Amino acid sequence: MAYSNKVIDHYENPRNVGSFAKDDPSVATGMVGAPACGDVMKLQLKINDQGIIEDAKFKTYGCGSAIASSSLVTEWVKGKSIDEAALIKNTDIAQELALPPVKIHCSILAEDAIKAAIADYKQRHGN
Amino acid sequence: MKLPIYLDYAATTPVDPRVAEKMMQFLTMDGSFGNPASRSHKFGWQAEEAVEIARAQIAELVNADPREIVFTSGATESNNLAIKGAAQFYHKKGKHLITAKTEHKAVLDTMRSLEREGFEVTYLDVEANGLVDLNKLEAAIRPDTTVISIMFVNNEIGVIQDIAAIGELCRSKGIIFHVDAAQATGKVDIDLETLKVDLMSFSGHKTYGPKGIGALYVRRKPRIRLEAQTHGGGHERGMRSGTLATHQIVAMGEAFRIAKEEMHAERERIAVLRDRLLDGIKDIEQVFLNGDAVQRVPGITNVSFNYVEGESLIMALKDIAVSSGSACTSASLEPSYVLRALGLTDELAHSSIRFSIGRYTTEEQIDHTIKIVHDAIGKLRDMSPLWEMYKDGVDLGSVAWVAH
Repeated sequence: MAYSNKVIDHYENPRNVGSFAKDDPSVATGMVGAPACGDVMKLQLKINDQGIIEDAKFKTYGCGSAIASSSLVTEWVKGKSIDEAALIKNTDIAQELALPPVKIHCSILAEDAIKAAIADYKQRHGN
Repeated sequence: MKLPIYLDYAATTPVDPRVAEKMMQFLTMDGSFGNPASRSHKFGWQAEEAVEIARAQIAELVNADPREIVFTSGATESNNLAIKGAAQFYHKKGKHLITAKTEHKAVLDTMRSLEREGFEVTYLDVEANGLVDLNKLEAAIRPDTTVISIMFVNNEIGVIQDIAAIGELCRSKGIIFHVDAAQATGKVDIDLETLKVDLMSFSGHKTYGPKGIGALYVRRKPRIRLEAQTHGGGHERGMRSGTLATHQIVAMGEAFRIAKEEMHAERERIAVLRDRLLDGIKDIEQVFLNGDAVQRVPGITNVSFNYVEGESLIMALKDIAVSSGSACTSASLEPSYVLRALGLTDELAHSSIRFSIGRYTTEEQIDHTIKIVHDAIGKLRDMSPLWEMYKDGVDLGSVAWVAH
């Protein structure tokens, strides 16, 4: 598989790998994918009272482009409000990383992970 | 150390320099370049003599008569010729064939093609260790079964089928027995005088010979007949027409001669390296050996690393040339059908790596491989949410995953 240099860079030097404490009320967690499909992404966002994403961490089980997509997303969401983060589209991710057509589903999964984390936050904060 | 380290000998082997040296003598004007079928001059006679020596060398490795060896373009063609040729020739006796689900695609797709011609095929399940259960094979036999095809050594997991016992069963029922031995030559002892095998496929490039050459053993006593699949000048007793590729044939003969001479010492040396590799990775948690632990060739070791994904593992192992059961690198997302046939979950099949060791593998290369594997698994598990859940005691089977 011929990956772009950006995918290889994110794969070899992934940004923001790790986990936040799950019981921290400012942490929202989104987990998407399934082991049987070969991809599971866990994205955690640390969101302040103003609804701004202060920090993000990820863990991903998946191919190189799944790891790169989630690593990229953690960089992009930092400093954004949750409404702004919700606007990140899979096509933006795929374009930035120059993903080959068979790997587009990785970028879709990364977008889903953002949405799932935001949904988790909204559910826990009652709006 | 030169990187990447080649640990994919089951995919193909480099040509042994002794073989390459020999091969070069049959190409140019100064060499024996003649057509072995030219009966009217010395160029032809020399080439024919070289072909017959090679035929004898191949026969010798498997204790057969040289007249039982038919040259082909490789094991894929041999499998096609054996199975289609026998099924079609004996179709009046019956139209039922049996094979196993873990066979090479060259056998499975040949069977599929015969199904389209009106044959019926039973694809036998294998046990969790990859071996065919003799009782289940016997139960699958019908009065109209004409051909059974079971491989000697599996290319993905390296298990050795009980060819002797299956041969006895087939002979007692009057069924033709074909064996794909592409991965077996030079690795296991093959004695066709005692084995009740009727047809056996060989490959040049899995045994340090060149690609593009193979052979099919066709038993003379009792005589097995085949419907030719390639028609033309009637070469190879009419079973396979086409000008003989002298240089490749000579090379395959030399490769098999070396195999006969060195296989026992080589097997021992490779087993030591294999043990060293397994010993070096045994402290990694959640590693599983695929296929029977005992009935296997030492050259092929297939292991699954739980909670890491196959393609990212291959990327992390970029300094070693290995193959993966994960299909993520291909267009389809289905993992290896061989590992699925053993009952492995998709996850374990996806995270499998085949290390195949061969003639030029060194201790230093194995030690470096062990280090690379440790680093890769450590890095990927640190990044894996599944590993984290496993470590937290979460039962992954109880999680409601969102399939995509």
